[in-house]
Amino acid sequence: MEEPLNRKLKPLSNKSVTLKTQSIEKSSYDVNAHDKFYAWFFLGPSLVILSIFVFYPMMRTLYLSFFLTNSLGHPSVFVGFSNYINLLTSSAYLDSLTATLIYVIAVSILTLVFGLLLAQTASKKIAGINIFRTIFSGTMGVSVSVAAIFWLFIFNPSIGLLDQVASFFHLPTINWLTQPSWAMTAVIISTVWMNLGFTFLIFFGAFQSVPKFFYEAAEIEGLSRSYQFFHITLPMISPTIFFISIITLIESFKSFGLIDLMTAGGPNNATNLLVYRIYQDAFLSGNYGSASTQSVILAIIIALFTLIQFKLLEKKVTY
Amino acid sequence: MLNITEQSKKELWLRYIVLTILAAIILIPFLIGFWTSLLPTEDISKGSLWSTHISLDNYVTAFTQTPIIRYLLNSFIISLLTMLSQLFFCSTSAYAFVFLKFKGRNLLFYAFLATMMLPFEAEVIPNFTTVRNLNLLNHYSVMIIPFLTSAFGTFMLRQSFLQIPGELKEAADIEGLSHWKIYARIVLPYSRISLYTLAAYSFLTSWNQYLWPMLTTFSDNFRPVQDGLRQLQSQESFNNWGMIQASAAIVVIPTLVVLFFGQHFFKNGLNEGALK
Repeated sequence: MEEPLNRKLKPLSNKSVTLKTQSIEKSSYDVNAHDKFYAWFFLGPSLVILSIFVFYPMMRTLYLSFFLTNSLGHPSVFVGFSNYINLLTSSAYLDSLTATLIYVIAVSILTLVFGLLLAQTASKKIAGINIFRTIFSGTMGVSVSVAAIFWLFIFNPSIGLLDQVASFFHLPTINWLTQPSWAMTAVIISTVWMNLGFTFLIFFGAFQSVPKFFYEAAEIEGLSRSYQFFHITLPMISPTIFFISIITLIESFKSFGLIDLMTAGGPNNATNLLVYRIYQDAFLSGNYGSASTQSVILAIIIALFTLIQFKLLEKKVTY
Repeated sequence: MLNITEQSKKELWLRYIVLTILAAIILIPFLIGFWTSLLPTEDISKGSLWSTHISLDNYVTAFTQTPIIRYLLNSFIISLLTMLSQLFFCSTSAYAFVFLKFKGRNLLFYAFLATMMLPFEAEVIPNFTTVRNLNLLNHYSVMIIPFLTSAFGTFMLRQSFLQIPGELKEAADIEGLSHWKIYARIVLPYSRISLYTLAAYSFLTSWNQYLWPMLTTFSDNFRPVQDGLRQLQSQESFNNWGMIQASAAIVVIPTLVVLFFGQHFFKNGLNEGALK
């Protein structure tokens, strides 16, 4: 994955966090007079770094989103919400939002389905299974630029693998990266492929943690494999399914590398996803006000999805 | 009885067929990449992928005519320093949140949690201005300083420190050990699995950074490998597919080797993080 695990694991654990905080409070220990000093000493460096590079920029981005800016990125005219209104009424931005939604939903569903399929087929201990397990986790070692090179070649018109295979079978060739909907398809395929290694490893671990006697009992009852999968495996690993959905969704909203390397937002803005647009508006066109507004919208979307998923998690998950 | 074994034999074969198809889907991009890295570019651009002119020439070109080694070295330095500093600062912060009592601890902790919801991508504009004003552009430090610590790492280690038995801490208090000694002699050794996991995460995260180095580095002396590969593609060598594939292989092979040997640890570490 492009940015593997940063900021990913928290939604699952909020519940246990509050529980644990309370339990610590209960088993209260002596308040050491030095604790306060140590607290600043131990937390100080992290607080400084987070303040400069996380808290401050978020506030600054929010602030800039209400301004027009000059070419250096300094705010010049206060415009209230007009950056927001302009964006949300601009068809170009709404197109980018739609493209992002299509991309995010397709990537998340395909990653989940294929991840589960890989884990399910690799879960039974049969001869040579370790080779397959190693292969399935392989894309975990692939960074975004390497993945882009591999897939750019496969999707390359005329010399690429896909079109060579197509012409061998006398099928029509496709200009993958120059036709809008095919370019989106190509980017989705590449992203899913990259995600699979990590997703497989997580699902595989979850499958292993389902107690064996459930399956043994099901065998005795004569329940079919698919019944076992849908009525034992899936409910048992539902926390992991939600975990994978959350992080895949969030990571896809933040996709940048593959877009930059494979399509540069094209053709015709068909793959101009939210983060790529922010980059273009801020760093190529110097339009910092609008780019800040887009950043705020992105942050809200991601925070919102995290919360929605977390609510679902609380309700539906079987422990 | 015979019927059942025959059925399970069939099932076994079916399983191997599905496994092989899935393995092929995962492997094809790798295999095509490695295969073309062995072919002369003239053959690749003619579309003759079944050429038999196999050689390591592309690798020699990549090593001698591109700064690929320098890119790898840059990435290694950046990722290693980021990893070490995150291990240190995240663990001290987590220690403070678990073992120190002070006013506003919970409030501060929730502030840490909240930062994990904010995507770095939404903050690049002010961050770029900040590092420009601090004169950090185009240097290793610009890719390390913003990531010296991480809220995620702090959170993960806090979860792990909370599992440390209360008796250990009490015993240390009775012994009169200072916080510094408790941290170094009890807490860190006890949580070493989580520390390994954080080490792997922070190293990989840093190694895979793309947007931030692309914005902040402009010379090969500091450019990390992800942006280096981008640079190779955008230069005049764009159509030198053999050489580009060889560079990709040079970058991906070490990670695959590490992954292969570290597989067992990765599996456990990831699941520990995912299910906690």
